[in-house]
Amino acid sequence: MGKVFIAGVGFTKIAEHWDRSLDGLLVEASLKAFDNAGLSEVDSIYVGNALAEALQDQMHLGAAVAEDLGLARVPAFRVEAAEASGAAALYAGFNEVASGRADAVLVVGGEKLSDGLPEEVSSGLMMGGRPYYESFIGADFYSLNALLYRIYCERYGCDNLASFPVMSHAHAEGVAHAQYPFKLSLEKVLSSPFIAEPLRRLEVSGIGDGAAAVILVGERLAGKLKSPLSQLQVASATDRLNPFDRESPLRFQSVGLAVSLVLRDARLSRNEIGFIELYDATSIMAALCLESSGFADPGKSGELAARGELDLGGSLPCNTFGGLKARGHPLGATALYQIAEAHLQVTDQAGRNQVDSAGAGLAIAIGGVGATAFASIVKRV
Amino acid sequence: MRVPSYWRNMPFIYRLSGWRCEHCGAFHPVKPLLCRRCRSRRFSAVELPRTGRLRAYTILRSPPKEFKDLAPYAIGLIELDDGTRVLGQLTDFRSEELRNGVRVEAVFRRIRVNGEEGLIEYGYKFRPVAREASPP
Repeated sequence: MGKVFIAGVGFTKIAEHWDRSLDGLLVEASLKAFDNAGLSEVDSIYVGNALAEALQDQMHLGAAVAEDLGLARVPAFRVEAAEASGAAALYAGFNEVASGRADAVLVVGGEKLSDGLPEEVSSGLMMGGRPYYESFIGADFYSLNALLYRIYCERYGCDNLASFPVMSHAHAEGVAHAQYPFKLSLEKVLSSPFIAEPLRRLEVSGIGDGAAAVILVGERLAGKLKSPLSQLQVASATDRLNPFDRESPLRFQSVGLAVSLVLRDARLSRNEIGFIELYDATSIMAALCLESSGFADPGKSGELAARGELDLGGSLPCNTFGGLKARGHPLGATALYQIAEAHLQVTDQAGRNQVDSAGAGLAIAIGGVGATAFASIVKRV
Repeated sequence: MRVPSYWRNMPFIYRLSGWRCEHCGAFHPVKPLLCRRCRSRRFSAVELPRTGRLRAYTILRSPPKEFKDLAPYAIGLIELDDGTRVLGQLTDFRSEELRNGVRVEAVFRRIRVNGEEGLIEYGYKFRPVAREASPP
């Protein structure tokens, strides 16, 4: 396999973009990534999106994006893996460049959740389970998280899980593209109402619109570009859809496998990872993500967050631009925000969010409640 | 759920009946070609026990659109008497009865009215077993 480099990144601000379409956001992020890379052409386009047929009554996003970019001839299609759709598109684009088939690929993810009502988004997320099982009884994403939270509390105690949103918000303060660029106190998190007890409103990521894009290039092209480059590795794994069908619901096998695979492919050990972009769709997901990836002992991740170890100046900085909770979580775009942010870190373009330990960063994206996981490493070159 | 899918899945959602792997014992609500745990291809039809214990629960306050009219409602993780774990809505409970280890039984209930066709969908829910003293 050949090396794969990130040559450019672009993204929109995450917000409720009432005056914008999904295609419009995808094209804006793509153009920014093209300009950032100093390129105007690619060999193929991969689009990550989770819910366009449910919220926009639209499919066939690949050809739509290619057309709007004036590239209506290159291969272009959408890749879907629930909330991890953006990472699935990245995986596909990575493979095409690594195989040598393409010199340059555009990977863009986007989601426009504000076109639907909150209950439609929740209903859409439920499509990540079996229609005759979780969906039939109304066991949505938040209720499954709440049940895991309850089991976690019984086994380990959960005094510190509410520190995850506090940590993420602290890092989003002043971040131009973040949906919620402000600090959040632990007291505020703990006094917010239950959305599905014991899960509280402020332990859950919000609903927003956004798109993010990266341009991937192979070695042949990388040498000719002037833009700052980083090197990418991507791996993926799966688990049973329903977390309560797994032997250990509190351990995401998919995350553990994907992280081990990507570390192997990047020839790095865990202590060479300088920062992590965690999947904090909920506080309990953040904890299970960090613990399943082998960077925290079972039951101990909340303590790391509470002690400040995950802060920008801590021993293992996480969510360096605010993560899903504070930067925002437009499903199909989320993983590509993570990758773009990691690229900014390892190319020293992260401004006041720059971490010192930015040799290599790990980004984790999760579809469903741990059924699909992608782990990516973005490395300084 | 679409109407044909509802019809296909009635045995499980009405009666908790499904298929058990003859090799490893894993339960499958829909007859599989292959066991999802051990990849065996031999199954026996089985009806799950209708009683068990509540292992975890939550109360949903902002449910998905299909269940909006039912909010708030409770979802439980139930360990049936044979050890099979199933998810289900909880019904007919007083709030103090919602705790880990409480004995529950499956009952047949209306689940929801589906879509523009207005099909009334029925299925199982769980309720506390009538007021017995129930140490976990």
